Amino acid sequence: MCGIVGLFLKDPSLKPQLGAMLTDMLVTMTDRGPDSAGIAIYGSGQAGQAKLTVQSDDADADFATLADDLGQALGAAVSLRRADTHAVLTLPAEQADAARDALGTLRPGLRIMSDGQNIEIYKEVGLPRDVAARFDVASMSGSHGIGHTRMATESAVTTQGAHPFSTGADQCLVHNGSLSNHNNLRRSLKRAGVRIDSQNDTEVGAAYVTWKMQQGATLGQALEGALTDLDGFFTFVVGTKDGFGVVRDPIACKPAVMAETDQYVAFGSEYRALVNLPGIDTARVWEPEPATVYFWSH
Amino acid sequence: MQSIDLATQPLRELNSTLQAQSAQTNATAWEILNPRGAHAIAVGLDAPIEVTVRGVTGYYCAGMNKQAHIHVTGSVGPGVAENMMSGAVIIDGDASQYAGATGRGGLLVIKGNASSRCGISMKGIDIVVHGNVGHMSAFMAQAGNLVVCGDAGDALGDSIYEARLFVRGSVRSLGADCVEKEMRPEHLEILRDLLDRAGADAKPEEFRRYGSARKLYNFDIDNAAAY
Repeated sequence: MCGIVGLFLKDPSLKPQLGAMLTDMLVTMTDRGPDSAGIAIYGSGQAGQAKLTVQSDDADADFATLADDLGQALGAAVSLRRADTHAVLTLPAEQADAARDALGTLRPGLRIMSDGQNIEIYKEVGLPRDVAARFDVASMSGSHGIGHTRMATESAVTTQGAHPFSTGADQCLVHNGSLSNHNNLRRSLKRAGVRIDSQNDTEVGAAYVTWKMQQGATLGQALEGALTDLDGFFTFVVGTKDGFGVVRDPIACKPAVMAETDQYVAFGSEYRALVNLPGIDTARVWEPEPATVYFWSH
Repeated sequence: MQSIDLATQPLRELNSTLQAQSAQTNATAWEILNPRGAHAIAVGLDAPIEVTVRGVTGYYCAGMNKQAHIHVTGSVGPGVAENMMSGAVIIDGDASQYAGATGRGGLLVIKGNASSRCGISMKGIDIVVHGNVGHMSAFMAQAGNLVVCGDAGDALGDSIYEARLFVRGSVRSLGADCVEKEMRPEHLEILRDLLDRAGADAKPEEFRRYGSARKLYNFDIDNAAAY
C-alpha cells in the first residue's frame, strides 16, 4: 500500500498555494504510507538554467562550499539554495551532465534527486507531516506537483527508495503497487544506457518511461507502452515539465480517484485526499479506468 | 431525526452508537454529516433503522449490514456493503471496486456506475446498478442477482456458480464458464421486482440473462485448460 497525490493547476492564480494544497493532501495519505514521503514540485525556472536537487546525509559538510567547488570544476556560475538535507543547485543547462559527473568526484556521498529547468524533488524517510515540514513544502509555489507516501514492499526504507523517482530531465514518476519484471527490465534498460540508481522497482518504471521518450515517444505513448511491457500492479502518476499523466494496470486493484474543475486536475489514492480542495463539492469526480492513459498539459 | 456530524464526533462513536440500536429503538432515523471520504461508516448495524449519509464515503461503507436501510447521497469508495446480510444500501453516486462483495442478502442499489469486481463472490445479495459495471464483476458469484442497466466490462461472471446476471447494455466479454441463458417468465418476474425496488427506469424485456455453464463445478480432465 502507498498513497499518491497530485495536483495540476489550470488556474495560475492558485500557483502560490500549490505547496500548501499538496502538503494537506499528502498528510491525509499518511496511513497509506508512513515509511517515507516525497514530493516533486514544478516551480519557477529560467530558460538556459538547470536546477539539480541533491540530497546528503551529511548536509552541513557537503553543502558548505559546494556551490564554489562545483562552480570551479565547471568554470561556470553555480548557486545553491539549501532546504534541510536537500539543496537546489542552479547552473547553466548545458553543464547539467558535466555537473552530475563532477558531483560524483567532489561529493561521492551526494544523491541527485532530479534535474531540469523546473522540477525539484524532496524526499526523506519519516512521517509525511514531518517530511513536508522539514522542507517547508507548504510555502512552495508551482504549476503542478506530485506527492507520495510510501509503505515499502520491494526495496528498503531509505531516502533512495522513496518516491518520486526522476530518471530524465524534468520527469518524475510515483507508484502505488509492485512490479514483478523489474530485474529483467533494469538490466535491459541499463544496457540501453538509461540511468538507474537503486534496486527499487518503481525506478525501473520511471526509467522505462524516460527510455521510451528518448526513443521519440510522447508521454502518452510511453505510458501506453508501460501497459504492455511492465508486469505487475501499478497506478502511476507522472510529471513532465508542462504535463501530468495517470495510468493504471489492467487489473486496477490499486485505488485512484480524480477530480477536475476549471481550476485544477487532482489525483488522490482516496477521495479523502481531495476533500479540502476548492470547489471539490461541485468538481467532476471519477475513478480512472483500467489500462487507460490520462494526460493533461499546459 | 438524530444527527451525527463527523466533523466533530469520532467515527468509532458513530458506529458504536448505531450498532447499539435495538429493534425496539425509538431513534429510527439517523443522519450522518461530513463523511468527507472517511472509511467504515455505518458498519455492522443490526436494527431496522434508516441512516442517511450526506456526502462521499471511503472504504467499506455499510459493511456487514443487517436490517438497516442505509442511503449515501454521494459516491462510495471500495467495498461498499461488503458481506451484507439483509436490509438495503442505496448509493446515489458511483461505487468503487468490489461493491457488495460476498453479500449474503439484502439489496444494494448503485444509481451511478460501479467499477471493477462488483458483486465478487456474492452469496445471495441482490445488486442493481443503474449505470455500468467494470471488469471481473460477479467473479465466483454463488447466489443472488446482479442487475446492470448499463454495460458490463471484461470477464463478466468468471467462474460463476448459481447467481443470475442481467445486463441491459453490452458485455465486453464473458469470463470462464459464464454463458448467455434463456430469459424465462420467472426471470422476467424476478427482474421486474428488482428494478421496481431499485427505482430503475428500465423494462425487464430489454435485458439479457447470463449464468453458469456448470462446466467448472467438478474437476474434469477434459477441462484442464480452463482451470
